[in-house]
Amino acid sequence: MTGQGRDGEGLPGGDAAFEAALTAYAGRPAATEGVGKDPVNAAMIRHWCEAMGDAHPAYRGPGAVAPPTMLQAWTMGGLSGHQRRSPAHDELFALLDGAGYTSVVATDCEQEYLRPLRPGDAITFDAVIESVSPRKTTKLGTGHFITTRMDVRANGEPAGTHRFRILKYAPAARPAPRERDGAARPRGERPRPVVNRDNAGFWAGVAEHKLLLQRCGGCGALRFPWLPGCNRCGGTRWDTVEASGAGTVYSYVVLHHPPFPAFDPPYAVGLIELAEGVRMVSNVTGVRYDEVRIGMPVRLEFLRVDEEVVLPVFRGGATSGGAPDAALPGGEG
Amino acid sequence: MSTEAALGGPTGTGTPGERSAPPAPGTDLPPLTVPVTRTLIVAGALASRDYQDVHHDAEAAREKGSPDIFMNILTTNGLVGRYVTDHFGPRAVLRKVAIRLGAPNYPGDTMVLRGTVTAADGDTAEVRITGTNGLGHHVTGTVTVTVPAERPAADR
Repeated sequence: MTGQGRDGEGLPGGDAAFEAALTAYAGRPAATEGVGKDPVNAAMIRHWCEAMGDAHPAYRGPGAVAPPTMLQAWTMGGLSGHQRRSPAHDELFALLDGAGYTSVVATDCEQEYLRPLRPGDAITFDAVIESVSPRKTTKLGTGHFITTRMDVRANGEPAGTHRFRILKYAPAARPAPRERDGAARPRGERPRPVVNRDNAGFWAGVAEHKLLLQRCGGCGALRFPWLPGCNRCGGTRWDTVEASGAGTVYSYVVLHHPPFPAFDPPYAVGLIELAEGVRMVSNVTGVRYDEVRIGMPVRLEFLRVDEEVVLPVFRGGATSGGAPDAALPGGEG
Repeated sequence: MSTEAALGGPTGTGTPGERSAPPAPGTDLPPLTVPVTRTLIVAGALASRDYQDVHHDAEAAREKGSPDIFMNILTTNGLVGRYVTDHFGPRAVLRKVAIRLGAPNYPGDTMVLRGTVTAADGDTAEVRITGTNGLGHHVTGTVTVTVPAERPAADR
């Protein structure tokens, strides 16, 4: 009942045909016969070294070489843009832009340097799209990773290879971290429980602040979550038993990433073993996320999330004096 | 801070060390503290010819879901390379630099680069790098560096 993401709502990116269209770009060229706009030159090397604070003597004076990490800089389009990007590259980006994945962030850069670059060297390059990932949800938003590999040449000789990965993503609508530090935290709406014919009785119980377990009419086994049949004997007759509310933390995870608008990481999600023997996933409240422990006794309580939603949660710790903002999952106050 | 000082680059700049090759695996490099100033982010972006607005225009960055401008990957790459060659000295030559970015470098943060030699073979060493900031790991990576033995004076 926690950690239910609603990522990518409104985007068609989860569609299998769309993903197939994206992955078809693997192996196609990203740039052909690209030409560096400037030959390797002392001025750009000096500007780079000033920015980086790099005083390596090999990058200065007569016989200077360029810092090898400048490899990509020599291939950049700059303000006037790229002229030699391939149709495949442009199509792929247009496809992703059209699906709402309009932003770009670089995530990986792997470079191998085959020969030093010296002032006067003319740069040329070719690049290929190595892969396009399935849809991924990250802290920035949902999107697809694109990996390209570029071969860079100097005066026609191989000078280096440059593998580059970017995330093309739809920005997550979220408050900036600095705004979230304030007392009033803008929050997204908590995900709604999915109520259906099989579990409607459970949610009706929760509305009355009762945690109802199913009991098989055949073998008497208790079960949770609610299901049409018994997972021990297969029987379909059942009635309900109200849980006492006592339980222990059977296991737990601490969620740091990715954040969802309704939650404020890090927070603990517990697998609670009820005194009756069944287990359920819920929040552990009243203790810090990093103080939750396996075996910790917990007690059922009901959390009113908003006008529509009440959830069963479990309060840990020996005393009842929990955090004042117990409405925040694992809130640190 | 004067403009000149700001453009002088991250602190820790100094004469590259005169250490000789090659260090034993397990050797830790001294950390390098890099104040992540707005100036460093913009200067690095322009020196790498990266005019993506998220690296110089805070308003545009916010529209794209980022709280502020952030350092581009080429600058991180350059700083990682500099960190390694600063340590290994004037003869050090970078062979490979592979990095992965995590938590962004936003203005006002501080990044601390750390490195550990993970392998050495002849005059070549492999260094595992991490760069941490206030949000976590900004960068993790591996750098391969060669430090040729000093040649006789006649050869130079």
